[in-house]
Amino acid sequence: MTTATVSRWDRFRESFVWYSFKRDKVAIISFLVLLLMVLAAIFAPLLAPANPYDLAQINIMNSEMPPVGLDGADPAFPLGTDAQGRDLLSTILYGTRVSLMIGFGAVLLQAVLGILFGLMAGYLGGKVDAILMRIADVQLSFSTLMVAIIVGAVFKASFGNLMFGEIAIYMLIFIIGIAEWPQIARTVRASVLAEKKKEYVEAARVMGFGTRRIMFRHILPNTLSPIFVIATVQIANAIISEAALSFLGLGMPETQPSLGSLIKSGFDYIQSGSWWITLIPGLVLVVLVLVINLLGDWLRDVMNPRLYKG
Amino acid sequence: MALLEVKDLDVRFAVRGGDLTALRGISFSLDKGERLGLVGESGAGKSVAAFSILNLIAMPGYIAGGQILYKGRDLAAMSERELRKIRGNRIAMIFQDPMMTLNPVLTIGTQMVEAIQAHRKISRKDARAIALDRLQKVQIPSPGKRLDQYPHELSGGMRQRVIIAIALLLDPEIIIADEPTTALDVTIQAEIMDLLLDLCEQENVALMLITHDLGVVSQVTQRMLVMYSGRIIEQGPTREIINDAQHPYTQGLINALPQMGEPGQRLFQIPGSMPSLKNVPTGCPFHPRCSFATDQCTRMMPEYVRSGNVDVACYEVANLIEQERRMQEAES
Amino acid sequence: MTSPLVSIRGLEKRFDLSGNLLEQITFKGGRLRRKQEAVHAINGVDLEVQKGEALCVVGESGCGKSTVARTVMGLLSPSAGEIHYGGQRIDNLEGKASLPYRRKMQMIFQNPYASLNPRMTIQQTLEEPIRFHHPDWSTPQVRDKIHEVMHSVGIDLDWGSRFGHEFSGGQRQRIAIARALAVDPEFIVADEPISALDVSIQAQVLNLLMDAQESRGLTYLFITHDLAVVEHFGTRVAVMYLGRVCELADTKTLFATPRHPYTQALLSAIPKLEDDRPNHIRLNGEVPTPVNLPSGCVFHGRCPYANERCRREVPALITTDGGTQVACHAVEEGRL
Repeated sequence: MTTATVSRWDRFRESFVWYSFKRDKVAIISFLVLLLMVLAAIFAPLLAPANPYDLAQINIMNSEMPPVGLDGADPAFPLGTDAQGRDLLSTILYGTRVSLMIGFGAVLLQAVLGILFGLMAGYLGGKVDAILMRIADVQLSFSTLMVAIIVGAVFKASFGNLMFGEIAIYMLIFIIGIAEWPQIARTVRASVLAEKKKEYVEAARVMGFGTRRIMFRHILPNTLSPIFVIATVQIANAIISEAALSFLGLGMPETQPSLGSLIKSGFDYIQSGSWWITLIPGLVLVVLVLVINLLGDWLRDVMNPRLYKG
Repeated sequence: MALLEVKDLDVRFAVRGGDLTALRGISFSLDKGERLGLVGESGAGKSVAAFSILNLIAMPGYIAGGQILYKGRDLAAMSERELRKIRGNRIAMIFQDPMMTLNPVLTIGTQMVEAIQAHRKISRKDARAIALDRLQKVQIPSPGKRLDQYPHELSGGMRQRVIIAIALLLDPEIIIADEPTTALDVTIQAEIMDLLLDLCEQENVALMLITHDLGVVSQVTQRMLVMYSGRIIEQGPTREIINDAQHPYTQGLINALPQMGEPGQRLFQIPGSMPSLKNVPTGCPFHPRCSFATDQCTRMMPEYVRSGNVDVACYEVANLIEQERRMQEAES
Repeated sequence: MTSPLVSIRGLEKRFDLSGNLLEQITFKGGRLRRKQEAVHAINGVDLEVQKGEALCVVGESGCGKSTVARTVMGLLSPSAGEIHYGGQRIDNLEGKASLPYRRKMQMIFQNPYASLNPRMTIQQTLEEPIRFHHPDWSTPQVRDKIHEVMHSVGIDLDWGSRFGHEFSGGQRQRIAIARALAVDPEFIVADEPISALDVSIQAQVLNLLMDAQESRGLTYLFITHDLAVVEHFGTRVAVMYLGRVCELADTKTLFATPRHPYTQALLSAIPKLEDDRPNHIRLNGEVPTPVNLPSGCVFHGRCPYANERCRREVPALITTDGGTQVACHAVEEGRL
């Protein structure tokens, strides 16, 4: 098996993707920044000086301390503290983790739904197509916020505030995943429609292969490039959606803050001079979304088949 | 002096990992009213040759050397502005796909009038009259009506007729036709070819016909060039080459045609396929597929030798000629 | 005469252009009308393919030749008519019942650049059909079969781990042929298998198809627009025009004595090496669209011999003295 993996690695190194990546400084920097943030988020429990979830480590006396370099800073809190006295650096690390989890989780859910429905609509066509795409239209005509407000209210009412904190992250993944799957489904459907006219699909039908085998083994792998591109952009969108929901108080509770809820919690203190509680997580959010979008743009250019063939 | 003379033309493509040579040392000439065929398989560089004559090669392609002399003026060294005066005016081009020339959102008449007014100061009415005249020349049914139609309202054969009419608008001296009938059905193809031939003869226009179809070349042209892997390997009078090809590749190409084979028997076949530009073999590019290839062929590109009225780039042919000369010497 | 391997009976195929009911309704002259339009791709075709022969179907674009191929292979379902294979009706079979015919009947496509799955290696492309149709075969058995077909189409065993896009058009077409041969078919529909290839490669692929026919006893339904290929390859030829067969004959007979005016024009339009000028029979006009079929003989608009009867009455295929079957009033009346 090692020979196969080696040749695959070689193939990747000779590929156009790798070639254009090497030459694109923006892509390299974006990728490195994203990698750094993802690693920091994954290893947050090891990297963070404090555990913001642990109430025992929090001292209210430390609240609203400024970052190092400003008057009244404490070197124990390099980025300062928030209104509850939590170390901002640790909170941001944990918050990035939550934001990324929601981003990836929501897109995973979107992808599963979107690919399944998109494949079925595109390949089976006719009534299946009409019904699935009308469902998608209806879904898109609800805004994510509206869905979140309703679902959030139902969740809060039925589980109570304490329990809600525990399941908020899954709820957000569910809401954003459900609200945005039509984006992926439409992309998949469009590329399936293009692929299914090609002769290799007819060749598979002539062989007598079943519908499911043709859909998943033959067509799906050939629609992955556009899915990959849109999924990248959708991760950024999901992170923003989550931040917006949290900012409105419909997302993560302040006990387990995401970047969005951190921004929100600091927002009340901007007037009193504690600008860092909002600004620093805000910057982290902007950088995170920006690098993902830049990578998405680069991927779209690379995977554009017209450029690719050359 | 020849109307068009191409001398030692080199065209390269700048791609990652260095330049690819698309055309190497292309030399040929075209006289007034002459019909020249450019034959080759896909990847031989025949379309690149056609495009580079009008200096239409777009990046990453560029002309790396040589001259394209039109009435003694070098098109390769000309400014874009001067070139524009010649393109479409003195030298017209016909593409395989009519929609490359026709704009789908403008009527045929508008496009033809614009093409005339781009080169001549002339009233709209007069331009329209010229357009109508050219449409009549290409024997399109109800030409007056066509002026106000859009390209999509015409059939493929009619579109190609319109393209020929557009090419004729400004009484060009040369028409370069790149596979003008490949996309058409056999019966329509025959009609379009017939028309093109008649018009060139009537108007004394020189025709450079780029095609892969040896039958068409035989019917239409007086001289032909055979291209392989960016080089001209054989050129001379069409009849002479078709009847008695010298280069092993040309021979193979002719003998591989189904009409040359015995029905039901295996066809003659050239093994392998044309190398891609990325890995052109050293020496004669045809040597890996050639049954006469010797050590010499793998090392050096053969020079042209003359056999009858045909120029051939092949060591085997050169050796045969040399042998013949020696035998004649020995006899006398 | 033995019973044919494949018989196509009264085949018709229409493609609906008018969409759903809402799209069909138009408002014209102050009232709502329902307007239905269809492309009449095939209008009553009867053909029989004898075991071991290569039946060529020739015609220009839009004549329905590819639709015949796709309908025979079950890629399209006929609007009317039947397809029989070895005496068994197959156009209405579904699922498991159709599987044996999926193995016995294979297809080679026109565009070698689209007929291989870009994400599959050559090995996977060849292996999947074999494993699918022979789930009981052991791995060495499958491997031997793959090697056998790769060898017989002249492709290198090392190519297995590579992808389709790494090969030239001719090599891809060989791979596509290997895929078709991998399941040991008896009957192959070849839909313009060489028209996307270069001249020197066409000869290679034609030779390969002929070798395979000889060594495996294959029967071909060969779809092409190129009459020169037909003369070389075909046992019998059916000439199609606008969804109908206008002439059907042995290859030799057809090329020596074409009867139908359309066949004559088609033959004269082949550019031949010995010609110094185009010399073809001129036809009037162009092929009408198959949306609104002309009445009577579909060819009458372009036919130099058409008369009143041709405009009214559809000619039936009649057998002439030479054994040619031809659908033409002029031939029937002895005018031609």
